Amino acid sequence: MRYILRRLGFYLLAFWAAITLDFFLPRLLPGDPAATILGSGGQLDPSQVQALREALGLTDQPLILQYFTYLTHAIRGDFGISFSNFPVPVITVILTGLWWTLLLGGSSVIISFIIGNLIGIFGSWRRGGAVDSFVPPLLVLVGAFPPFFLGLCAIYLLAFQLHWFPTRHAYEDTLVPGFDPAFFGSVITHMLLPVIVLVLSQLGGWALGMRNTMVSVLAEDYITMAEAKGLTQNRIMFRYAARNAMLPSVTAFGIVLGFVLSGQLLIEQIFSYPGLGFLLISAVQKLDYPLMQGLFLMITFAVLVANFIVDIVYTRLDPRVRAG
Amino acid sequence: METHNKPAHFEQQTPSPETVDGPVAGPEGAAEMPDRQDLPVEVEGTPAGQLLVAAPPLPVPGRQRMVWLRTLLKNPKALTGIAIVGLFILVALFAPVIAPGDPTEFVDSPNLPPSAAHLFGTEGQGKDVFRQTVWGAQTSLFIGFVTGFIITLVSTIIGMTAGYFRGRIDDILTLLTNLFLVIPGLPLLIILSAFLAPGTGTIIGALAFTGWAFGARVKRSQTLSLREKDFVAAALVSGESSFKIIFTEILPNMISIIMGSFISSTTYAISASTALAFIGLGNVSEVTWGTNLYWSQNNGAILQGAWWTFVPSGLCVALVAFGLSFINYALDEVTNPRLRAEKDLNKVLKGTAFRKTRTRATPVFRQSQPNSK
Repeated sequence: MRYILRRLGFYLLAFWAAITLDFFLPRLLPGDPAATILGSGGQLDPSQVQALREALGLTDQPLILQYFTYLTHAIRGDFGISFSNFPVPVITVILTGLWWTLLLGGSSVIISFIIGNLIGIFGSWRRGGAVDSFVPPLLVLVGAFPPFFLGLCAIYLLAFQLHWFPTRHAYEDTLVPGFDPAFFGSVITHMLLPVIVLVLSQLGGWALGMRNTMVSVLAEDYITMAEAKGLTQNRIMFRYAARNAMLPSVTAFGIVLGFVLSGQLLIEQIFSYPGLGFLLISAVQKLDYPLMQGLFLMITFAVLVANFIVDIVYTRLDPRVRAG
Repeated sequence: METHNKPAHFEQQTPSPETVDGPVAGPEGAAEMPDRQDLPVEVEGTPAGQLLVAAPPLPVPGRQRMVWLRTLLKNPKALTGIAIVGLFILVALFAPVIAPGDPTEFVDSPNLPPSAAHLFGTEGQGKDVFRQTVWGAQTSLFIGFVTGFIITLVSTIIGMTAGYFRGRIDDILTLLTNLFLVIPGLPLLIILSAFLAPGTGTIIGALAFTGWAFGARVKRSQTLSLREKDFVAAALVSGESSFKIIFTEILPNMISIIMGSFISSTTYAISASTALAFIGLGNVSEVTWGTNLYWSQNNGAILQGAWWTFVPSGLCVALVAFGLSFINYALDEVTNPRLRAEKDLNKVLKGTAFRKTRTRATPVFRQSQPNSK
């Protein structure tokens, strides 16, 4: 329990740091931030100018007061008005993308975690065998490709040339979102290719991490003991070795989430998948600063929550943490 | 079930000083490796119950610390990686010779497929893709290596300071490191680059700002464990200053970790800067692999079927990243005792009647033709 509370405190601190960073970024711009942004933004009417100044928290108040106003607004989820979707509030725009990102990210992380760890387990078990000699180098090669380049190639080859997959968006444009089989089917066919690309790009990391931990766990005395007792190979492999070797994988989960999300942002952009990454990149291209800031905070928030969930799972897996 | 003859344990040669170098964490945050002290090598099989693996002779004292470097240069994986990366460095240096002419010049009609006149074809605006790819290597590699160097420097200073001084300093620096680790990198990188003035300097700064934390953590834990070693205690007792201990006692033992960190941060910098440029956050008038991809996407290369406009640049990024990670895996193999023990044992086993058991990771021997079935 103390461990969980300590982690919670840390995540709150991290979120505060992210908000603070968000607050100071526009102020790093030379001169008057609003003027600089609008100067490059083209035609905007006065209400948008006002919206920008409010979104950036640029008032005549002293900096410290501006900061506290920004802080309370951010905690309430009030990130101002989006320029590119004027006059829709930023938070409304963000919420349209959040579920798609969670769907795409969640399924790709879970699938690659399971497959990658299995490859790592079997690879270390039959060291020098077929799985161990060919799969890791192959995965390293695939993993070296920037995920978005993998996505470009996949979409060009499989979607545009072979027409195996839809080329863009999260579901058929003609369908209305709702709880019916046609819509679900469309959602699944549309997420297949991006998920495959994301899984391929992450697999190597999981497999190699797991293999390396397995190598050291397999050298432990209790493995020798288990083998001497005549336990079945499967039992030793999963109950004795893999269970213990999993722990670093679970710890790495938090850090990996950040990396995965980074890859996913661009994948969403390439597939025009309407998640947070797609929104973020179009916000950058449309110079929609309030939306960018809001998205950064929301993405950070999502990663922190996911990390916190991983921490809770970790205490279930490793009794030592619970005791400490 | 397999029959096990009486097993005989023996310890591999205790680590020689050069092996004090710690393991190198993989670029994806591989788990920390165990200490290299405990290295049971089980042998079973012979009637006498023993198979002695000739322990490698202790290296001659003196230049022992760099033994891993020489081993590295004999490792096929490392050589492959070095060859790939070296080739790209040469291409970048000799770009004016390999692909003479201005890469931003409009040379022919747009979207021509590869031909003798234009090796990689032309892109959506009629620029030569081969020239762009070759010249793109210059800026891309420059950003990569400079950022890699800065990240390594910053993370080494922060990691070693935290690990050496411990206490309050460590608490603060570790908190800072963990904060940077948990805040997602690319979104931060994107908004940083969106708000700051575009340019190579900004990109390098933003990449370094978001990329130092992982290396700092690895180096901190390595420094923490080195600090407990006897030679540091001896230096302390003999009255050496902290500064001198850090630089003459601890740092030399961390060279391989620092090198691994440099390689993985360079890989990170090249991939991340390409990603940034791809979404238009670089200086789009500059020729880099990332901006080539950006223009390809902008000119609708996929719709036009012009695969040759994005494949070369993307492949270059992938190959450099692949080469660099190969060097890192080799480094891991050379400095990780368990991975190395396996290789040593394979060598010993060559041409003998022994083979390893198929399952366990601790290298174990078994006679392939036992006396009795």
